[in-house]
Amino acid sequence: MKKELEKRTVTGPDGQTFEVEPLIDYYCEAHPTVQPPAYSKIIENLFNWARSESIWILGFGTGCGAIEMRPLMTPRFDAYRYGIQWRPTPRQANLLIISGYLSVKTLKRVIRSYEQMQSPKYVIGLGSCTINGGMYWDSYNTIKRLDDYLPVDLYIVGCMPRPEALLEGFNTLKRMIRAGNAEGANTYAANFDWYKTNQKRVIHDWDMPDYNW
Amino acid sequence: MRVLHAQLGHHFTLGELVQVRADLAFVTLPKEHLRSAVLHLRDICKFSHLVLMTAVDWLEEERFQLTYLLHNREKHWDLGLRVMIPRVASHMESIHDIWPTAATYQRELKEMFGIDFPGSPGVDESFILEGWKEIPPYRRDFDTRHYAEKTFTQREGRKTEDPAKTMKAKLYPDET
Repeated sequence: MKKELEKRTVTGPDGQTFEVEPLIDYYCEAHPTVQPPAYSKIIENLFNWARSESIWILGFGTGCGAIEMRPLMTPRFDAYRYGIQWRPTPRQANLLIISGYLSVKTLKRVIRSYEQMQSPKYVIGLGSCTINGGMYWDSYNTIKRLDDYLPVDLYIVGCMPRPEALLEGFNTLKRMIRAGNAEGANTYAANFDWYKTNQKRVIHDWDMPDYNW
Repeated sequence: MRVLHAQLGHHFTLGELVQVRADLAFVTLPKEHLRSAVLHLRDICKFSHLVLMTAVDWLEEERFQLTYLLHNREKHWDLGLRVMIPRVASHMESIHDIWPTAATYQRELKEMFGIDFPGSPGVDESFILEGWKEIPPYRRDFDTRHYAEKTFTQREGRKTEDPAKTMKAKLYPDET
C-alpha cells in the first residue's frame, strides 16, 4: 500500500486535526451498474447511431502498437474523416485501444484509465500480443489474454496491423455499435467480480480502490 | 588501449586486457578496486561517460559479473570494467555519487538480479515489477515459462513452429 493511501491524521490550515482515509474519502466505492437500453427500440437505435459517429480514442499507447496511431492522425491515413479523434484524458474518451503488449505494471494503469472513461465505452485489442501474448507468450511480465481483464469488443490481428487494418477495425466497431453489439461497459458491470478476481490475480500490489472512476 | 592498460596496472590489480575492437576493450578487476579505478578513469583518463552498467549471471560458477562500460569522448574509446561478485547475498559498492545515472541502473539490477547496492537512492523501491514475489526474474534459475503458465491464462489454439524447419520444408520440400 502506498503511503499516501494510508489512513492518517491531518492538520488543516486552521489548526484543526481530522482523520483522512483516502480510499474511502477520495474515491466512490459504488460499483458500476448495467445501463438498460432506452425505453424504445427506435430511440436506442438512434442513440447507437449517434454513439457510432462520435468515437473518441484515449491517447494511451501501452506498447509498440501505439506507433500505428501516428500515421492515422496525419493526412496520409487521416482517421479524422471517419469522425474518430484522439483525446488526452480518459474523461473525454470512449474508446480505449490496447496497442500491443501489455505488461502487468501497465495493466494497472490501463484499468484505472478504463474505469475513468464514460459509458458507453469500447475496447479494441490491437496486435497479436493482446490476443494470446504474441511473441511474449512465455514472458513473466506481460498478460496473455486481454479479455480476462477488460471487456474487449474487437481484436485487430497482426504484428503490427497496418493503419488500413485499424481503419477497417474502426468501421467494424461502428457497425457493431449501430447493431447494438458493443456492450462492453455493461459486460464489465455485469461480471465485475470476475474481472476484479482476474485483475487481482496478476496485480500483486493492489493499492487502489476496486472501482476508481 | 594497451598503454592505458599498462598505466592503470601501476595503480590497480588488473586482469588481462580483452581487446574486442580497436576502440573497445574489457578488463577484469577486483571488487575493492572498482570505485577507485572508476574515479581514476573519469578524472585522469577522461572517461567521462558511463554508457551502461549491467550484470551477467554465471550460474554454474556461482558468480555475478558486473560490467561498467565507460566512454572517452575525445578518443572515442569504450572501456568495460568487469567485476566478479559472489552470487549468494550479492552486494556491491554504489557509484551513484560518481555518476548519478548509475542509481537507475543499480535500482534495475537490484530488482532484476537481486544485487544490492547499499546507499543508492531508491534502490529498495519497486521499479518495473510492482509487487514481485518470486526470485528476481533475470536470474538464470528463474523459469520464466513456468511462471507465465502458472500466472496467466493462455488462450487455446496457439501453435509454435520452429522457423528453421518450417522454412526448410517450404523452400526445399524434396530434402525432407
